[in-house]
Amino acid sequence: MGFVKRMSGLDRRIIFVIIGLAVIIPLLIPIGLPIIPTAPARATYDAIQNLPEGSIVLFSFDYDPSTMPELQPMAIAMLYHCFTKHLKVIMIALWPQGPQMAELSMQEVNKQLEAENFPLPEYGKDYVNLGYKSAGGLVIIGMATSFAGIFPLDTYGTPISELPLMDKIKSGKELQAVVDLSAGDPGIPAWVMVSRMAGYPQPPEPGSTDITGKMYLLGGTTAVSAPGFYPYLNTNQMQGLLGGMRGAADYEKLVNKPGTAIAGMDPQSIAHLVIVLFIIMANVFFFLEKRQEKRKAT
Amino acid sequence: MPKKSLGFPTHTNKATLTVFVTVMVALFFSIILVSASHAQPTPRPPTNLGGEDTPLDAGGSVQLSWTASPDDTVGGLVEKYILSRSTKLEGPYEELSYVITSGTTSYADAGLIDEKGVIQITKPKNNINYYYQLIAVGKGGVKSEPTVIDQPVMAERQWFHPGRINMLVASLVLSLFILIFIWQASLGKELYIRPIAGLEAVQEAIGRATEMGKPVLFIPGIMDMDDIQTIAAVTILGRVARMVAEYDAQILVPTSRSLVMTVASEVVREAYLDAGRPDAFKPDNIRYLTDDQFGYVAGVDGIMLRDRPAANFYLGTFYAESLILAETGASIGAIQIAGTAMPSQLPFFVAACDYTLIGEELFAASAYLSREPKQLGSLIGQDWGKVIFLIFIIIGSIIAIFNQLNPDLISIKSWFEMQ
Amino acid sequence: MKKQLPVIIGLIAGLVFIVQFFSPAITPIQERFTNWFIVVSVFAFVLGLTNLITINLQKIQRREENWPYSFPLLISLFAMAILSFIFGIEKGPFVWLFNNMMLPMSATMFSLLAFFVASASYRAFRARHKEAAMLLVTAIIVMLGQVPIGAAGVLQYLRLADITNWIMAYPNMAAQRAILIGAALGVVAISLRILLGIERAYLGED
Repeated sequence: MGFVKRMSGLDRRIIFVIIGLAVIIPLLIPIGLPIIPTAPARATYDAIQNLPEGSIVLFSFDYDPSTMPELQPMAIAMLYHCFTKHLKVIMIALWPQGPQMAELSMQEVNKQLEAENFPLPEYGKDYVNLGYKSAGGLVIIGMATSFAGIFPLDTYGTPISELPLMDKIKSGKELQAVVDLSAGDPGIPAWVMVSRMAGYPQPPEPGSTDITGKMYLLGGTTAVSAPGFYPYLNTNQMQGLLGGMRGAADYEKLVNKPGTAIAGMDPQSIAHLVIVLFIIMANVFFFLEKRQEKRKAT
Repeated sequence: MPKKSLGFPTHTNKATLTVFVTVMVALFFSIILVSASHAQPTPRPPTNLGGEDTPLDAGGSVQLSWTASPDDTVGGLVEKYILSRSTKLEGPYEELSYVITSGTTSYADAGLIDEKGVIQITKPKNNINYYYQLIAVGKGGVKSEPTVIDQPVMAERQWFHPGRINMLVASLVLSLFILIFIWQASLGKELYIRPIAGLEAVQEAIGRATEMGKPVLFIPGIMDMDDIQTIAAVTILGRVARMVAEYDAQILVPTSRSLVMTVASEVVREAYLDAGRPDAFKPDNIRYLTDDQFGYVAGVDGIMLRDRPAANFYLGTFYAESLILAETGASIGAIQIAGTAMPSQLPFFVAACDYTLIGEELFAASAYLSREPKQLGSLIGQDWGKVIFLIFIIIGSIIAIFNQLNPDLISIKSWFEMQ
Repeated sequence: MKKQLPVIIGLIAGLVFIVQFFSPAITPIQERFTNWFIVVSVFAFVLGLTNLITINLQKIQRREENWPYSFPLLISLFAMAILSFIFGIEKGPFVWLFNNMMLPMSATMFSLLAFFVASASYRAFRARHKEAAMLLVTAIIVMLGQVPIGAAGVLQYLRLADITNWIMAYPNMAAQRAILIGAALGVVAISLRILLGIERAYLGED
């Protein structure tokens, strides 16, 4: 078989080996490619940055271990941002393994804060983990009326009346921001569609920094699902969106706290570049093969 | 002189003395406890207790709201609230065992059923006036004065959801178009349906598998029978299985859900029966693997690499496993026909499969393969429904453009909002 | 009657769900039907499990092709079940096996996508005609625009990230919405066919 024909029908195992090397080598020898945050990631960062000290942010952990590689770095970076800005955080979950994801995120954030000699957030005063409740949309509606009605106890079994943070806020209508980290349903669509109907505060006008009586709705999701939520961004139903590991890397860059997402960008970049080169190569050999066949025919 | 006893009791009297001392000690501690509880201050009652029927439900639920007791603060006196209900203002009030913690200012009286299905609290009956009483409870069980609701509340059943009238109109219009064209088709009218390459290739694919002596592999998605795409896939399976039976080939249907396996097994069995080849049906070819997404993919990949099917059908709901399945199928040289309404997975199928049914083509496939006039008529009706939607999209887009220039212009956005 | 009964059951159940969407008063009936479906699927699970065990035991018994693979399947099936009954699913050996065997194996299967994307792209993205050429150019732009290397060196002047965001937010979004709208209309049509008994292929009939 001629060289051109052989290359045109290249054994996929060779492609697999090259891709494997393209991922492993940058992991072992980081390149440090520049990361320029995208507009949606920057909007997410700006929203949290715009919140005054003491504002209360609700984090909804709507994912499980299978999507941890993409969503966990987002959770860690955003929680780090909130605590360094002295914001208060209420964690809930609409997915069964959400509370564990929240705990694992907090462990990581505490390590980061400790490394910088930053005072660690105190459970009950600076953040609470209210745990998981089923029936997604109904939980969101219920929280608009009363947190205590939906979460009488936190995930550790403590009545929320004994948590000082929950004395400052009785219902979702008093939140300044909601961050939904979602891998599917229930998730971002539920928050977008239900929160406004249930009476949560309206979003601030686009470009406005006045958030008195307003609430940001921010999201983080997998790379595959992110494009489906751009309409919410375009219509100001959401004010920020992080998509996949790239979104997480953007946020880590913005808060200046490199983590697993930034570390994953080099392998992802090289792998994408290799795939692009493969596509170009495949087309080159495709056209060469066509030309050879035309010559043989004539 | 005989020794007198000291007057202390014998064993019977000892028992009496023991009881007497025990009672005195108990009385002493009771007095202390009662004094202690009376020493707890009484919390002030909540105020402004009001209620209304829970809107848009089947009845049996009432929404109550109130202003919290002034003593309801962190570290304050109030520990919880007790709600009571009566059909008369003067009572008697039945205490409802809802857990209403301090900090709550609203609650729905909708009854309570425990995890064993036992009714703990009966829900309010429809069309009966109820009066409610709310008491704040402090430390030591000290109760406030009761707050009584100012107006009685009645739970009612709502028969129509007014916020969905636009959806009802749209559904009826679309259904009308579909029914009209089904009726026209039944009158014998000629209907044109454009050729769909993927469906034209079904017979070719099955024929190829028969010639090569290899089985046909059919994957009906990874979701359960409550997913419409799975139902569409199973209807197509019936037609594909009929063709496979007629060609005297074999069809493998590994499923990710037990219920799908059960349905698929019956569908394929009936297809072989209809084709007049009941003995050729092999029940073991329709098997359940696992509910786990990637476990299922691993199992199907193993089947592909071992059994080497010549034709693969991927029809239904797929997620991340779509490309894994399609690429493995491509590596064994099978002809592949895919179909899904998941926009995120379509690009993978388009890249890796020979033919792809996009979105509505999956739902049209069964009608298309049957060539039955009534079924084809429904496709025409569906297309006319699409024309109506297109017209609204164009009108709405033009209005939205003008609204950008002049926000006071008419907006039809509210016509399409649904509660 | 055997052929009419499933159609009648389907019609009644379908109508209940449709009417419930517009009439909250029907909700208790709809919830009851939903509970029945859950019960039926749980019983169906018993059938599925029986099917899985029977087929693999038969394979071992008859020494069919690849019969040794049935051993680890059955052993792991029973081991996980027994461990969960004895030690529970919150902690203990079941959780250890799940976290240290099940999850890494799922992640391994998921990671196959990285390799398969490359091989599928090599095979499929060839400019056979102008639409295919547009597809491959778009794929190149989006792939480079979504990673930092697309903004490194001379590539930064191409503003690939901005073009990618525009492609994802507008043409891609329009196409996705069109597919979803078409699919929704298709759902209505097929549902109507099934409810009216015009479509019977799911019963195995023509």
